[in-house]
Amino acid sequence: MDLISEEKMADMTAMEKIRLILDGVKEGKILVLERGLTPTEEAKLIEMTMTEITQEDFPGIEIESYPSSQNQKLIDRIFRKPVVRTRLTVIGPANQLKTLKKDRDLISALVSSQ
Amino acid sequence: MGFIKKVKKNFSSIFKNLFKKKTAKIGIYGPPNAGKTTLANRIIRDWTGDAMGAVSNVPHETRRARRREGVTIQSNGSKVTLDIVDTPGLATKVDFHEFMAHGLEEEEAKRRAKEATEGIIEAVKWLDDLDGVILVMDATEDPFTQVNVTVIGNMEARKLPLLIAANKIDLPESSPARIRSAFPQHPLVPISALDGQNIDTLYEEIADHFG
Repeated sequence: MDLISEEKMADMTAMEKIRLILDGVKEGKILVLERGLTPTEEAKLIEMTMTEITQEDFPGIEIESYPSSQNQKLIDRIFRKPVVRTRLTVIGPANQLKTLKKDRDLISALVSSQ
Repeated sequence: MGFIKKVKKNFSSIFKNLFKKKTAKIGIYGPPNAGKTTLANRIIRDWTGDAMGAVSNVPHETRRARRREGVTIQSNGSKVTLDIVDTPGLATKVDFHEFMAHGLEEEEAKRRAKEATEGIIEAVKWLDDLDGVILVMDATEDPFTQVNVTVIGNMEARKLPLLIAANKIDLPESSPARIRSAFPQHPLVPISALDGQNIDTLYEEIADHFG
């Protein structure tokens, strides 16, 4: 399992983050991202995952993140600068990570070996 | 209606008329088997007399996005013309064994799985080209699925209107209240796309939000 800090991801482009995640997951790692991905990056990750699914080896990913929120500070609202606050995210191979329960502030998952 | 409310409503409708597009493209999104095509069929049948696509209990029955142009919905004095896009169910994994569990032969299951992955890519790409989304959630399931979280996050980031259809209220274990408390910031209509329960309320909300 790799626990990836916010600082490590901070300077990466969306594609670099997605490559890091997919390479790790395809090696069988469970990744915990301290600060998660933006909704746009999550959609891109789903898209890239679909291109890499192979029928025998890689059925896809299990990803669980908490709902993100927009920055509600008055100054940002005045200047219409949306800042998405992303939250902790867990990602792993679909055949090894299974979400048992999830709500706004709790993710309960089962990790198994292949 | 109070004077201020009346002025506000008139001003809002003038503003809407000034800036509204001729037709809005609305995507019907959700996880596989939430009832997206059942809902699309009902909307199209109610307002045009046609149908959109086939439905079944096997996941990923819809593997290509389908667009129906110029569907005019009238409700409560409001009228809106929409292009309705029925999208393949979004998922983060596609395992051909799942199709075999539904009785498909291995070769057919693998073909379907391949088409399903292409359909999911198509559904994600459509997000860039829409004016709003009806997110269909299965009201018998946990609302915090990744697909729901991702679609809602994307619509909020793009500042586009989103309407949640809490589907399958004909089933006794359904709980639209659970969805409402999970995503209180978005309008929600409990419906049964299958038997049409509460569908008129959905049309009112569609006319109101996408008009």
